[in-house]
Amino acid sequence: MPNVIMPQLGETVTEGTVGKWLKKVGEAVAKYEPLLDVETDKVASEITSPYSGVVTKILAEEGATVPIGAPVCEIEEAGAKKENVSESSSAAPAFPAPHAGQRATAAQPVRPNGAGADDGARYSPAVRKLAREHGIELRGLAGTGRGGRVTAQDVMSATKTPAARPAPHAAMAPAAHPAPAQMSVPPVAPPSGEDAIVKLTPIRKTIAERMAQSRFTIPFAWSLVEVDVTDLAKWREREKAAFKAREGVNLTFVPIVVSAVAAALREVPIVNSVWAGDHIIQRRRVNVGIAVDSDEGLIVPVVRDADRLSLYGLATALAGLIDKARRRRLTMEDLSDGTITVNNTGAIGSVISVPIINPPQAAIFAMEATVKRAWVVNDAIAIRAIMNISLCFDHRVFDGGTASKFLQSVKRRLEGPTPVL
Amino acid sequence: MATKTVLEAVRDAMHEEMKRDERVFIMGEDVGPRGNVFRITAGFLEEFGRDRVIDTPLAEASIVGVAVGAAMLGMRPIAEIQFADFIYPAYNQIVGEAAKIRYRSAGGNTCPLVIRTPYGGGVRGALSHSVSVEALFYHVPGLKVCAPSTPADTKGLLTAAIRDDDPVLFLEHKKTYRLIKGEVPDGDYTVPIGKADVARVGNDLSVITYGLMRHFAVEAAEQLARDGIEAEVIDLRSIRPMDREAIVKSVSKTRRALVVHEDNKFGGVGAEVAAIIAEDAFLDLDAPVRRLCGPDVPAMGYAKEYEDAFMPGPEKIAAAMRELAAF
Repeated sequence: MPNVIMPQLGETVTEGTVGKWLKKVGEAVAKYEPLLDVETDKVASEITSPYSGVVTKILAEEGATVPIGAPVCEIEEAGAKKENVSESSSAAPAFPAPHAGQRATAAQPVRPNGAGADDGARYSPAVRKLAREHGIELRGLAGTGRGGRVTAQDVMSATKTPAARPAPHAAMAPAAHPAPAQMSVPPVAPPSGEDAIVKLTPIRKTIAERMAQSRFTIPFAWSLVEVDVTDLAKWREREKAAFKAREGVNLTFVPIVVSAVAAALREVPIVNSVWAGDHIIQRRRVNVGIAVDSDEGLIVPVVRDADRLSLYGLATALAGLIDKARRRRLTMEDLSDGTITVNNTGAIGSVISVPIINPPQAAIFAMEATVKRAWVVNDAIAIRAIMNISLCFDHRVFDGGTASKFLQSVKRRLEGPTPVL
Repeated sequence: MATKTVLEAVRDAMHEEMKRDERVFIMGEDVGPRGNVFRITAGFLEEFGRDRVIDTPLAEASIVGVAVGAAMLGMRPIAEIQFADFIYPAYNQIVGEAAKIRYRSAGGNTCPLVIRTPYGGGVRGALSHSVSVEALFYHVPGLKVCAPSTPADTKGLLTAAIRDDDPVLFLEHKKTYRLIKGEVPDGDYTVPIGKADVARVGNDLSVITYGLMRHFAVEAAEQLARDGIEAEVIDLRSIRPMDREAIVKSVSKTRRALVVHEDNKFGGVGAEVAAIIAEDAFLDLDAPVRRLCGPDVPAMGYAKEYEDAFMPGPEKIAAAMRELAAF
């Protein structure tokens, strides 16, 4: 009887939480018919059934978080030989729903826990073949290859010493330091009767981990410049009605700034990079992530090849992504491969903020609220519309001079009578 | 068994075949009174006479072209190209004519021709005496390409090449001529064309190579053995036909493969070896196939620094092997 497994819903996603079962035990399901909702770190997806048949057993209850590849239910295929399922049907689910104060982690197989640990680990053909032949569970197996990779030799060793199969965390090669989210927890007084316990949603958990990882591992620096957008604002006022009529989307500051950022990245390409330990990967493609506040938490959809899009193209792409984010309809592709993030903190009224870099990117750019200020122009005081823009950057990848060059490039593009894009 | 150099093995194979078979003759630049620039054919002119030891003008297209005609008419010529660097004028005769004769005559004609040529660097030969040409020829159906590395294999393969009914390009690494000594079996024997040799047995990774690099690879493998890494070294001996089975068998066992050759990397023999592994040993691979080759530059420079930078040597090979073993 085939199992339905938790699918891989993104290259870095390691586990999924069962949101809602759309079929109950005993219910028939057709192939490709929606079977359950799954929430991962970043997306909610409807999982369709890979088989036609009857759901005979739910292995992961609603709310249970299970690793990628773990079975979530059993389906008896239509036309398959009737098997005795009553016994297993009454057994406890492998992944019970978490109860108050207790997570389902106890039921999960051991998995790498440190920085660089990646349960979506990629195994060589030889490793997969040997694991299949010898019935070795690869997840949790300690690797001795480069970066903790599980080698064919490791699998062969595991066949000889079954006791060693579930590798203890300490044996995981690359786990030199504990997961940042966990090391950052100070002693906490127990909740009183008045307090509420807010359960971590997958997205909250991911934000916590990634923000902690960023702040604890990236030596960041921050730089801010002031941009006089008076002329730009006037230009936008003049253009926006025609733009909306012509293109069907609003001409806001966001696509204009993203366009300036993308152009500046081409001028100062090292900002569009990734720190990779012993080298820097300078990304050729400019994929700009846009931080979007959603009900569940911050989410960062990505405008691909932003440097190749016109203002209209950017405005359309952004409107589409923001709409999808608010409706929780973003796909993994929408969220992958960002090379820099633009944070529109101005939208929430901020004039100065220090954003946290979205690893593994090297920089995050903030655009603040545009406010009218008394400004010195040609030794006279004028009332000008001023927007602060800032860059928080990984100082391992480049230095303040580069950050300044980049910010000045953005500033120059925004200060003209029409945007220089 | 006697200990011989590679150069003596070449001489012995030709000498014995010329004595054994009257149809065998040699032609090339300076093969006569000069006895070949490496003195391989010293004494041949006196022993076999001017009809069977023919000095030619500096005209490689003619050397091979005449030999092709003779071979089609039943002779067994050994055409010598003094240095592989000079083989290009004969490319048409080798690739356009010799390799296609059996096919285009529907088996009516054969071309039992051997083209011998010294190739390879490491002897301060500079731009015109260091080239490796195997990749330019191993692509061609109808042409066999041999590149042995030891005296015993050289004699056995050259004898097999002379007796073969189809054209064989016989590549002799000039640095091995006097550097490499080894025991050569007594009496008449051949080494089959298209069969690789396991130069060293090991379980941790496979090094697939040929020619001079076989010796460097074995030396590198001995270095690694001191650290407990046991490399298997496969000497292809014949580049075409290539011993697919031997490659796959070794890589299936060790699961890691490094191809080493002195010839330029791009489109080299290593590319074909890597493709064979990908096609036939994919499920056994535990690491990407690696290639250590000469760089993709037009030639090997004269200065020692240039030569060292171009040639893979035991140290470079050992480093590449360690890198692969650690993957």
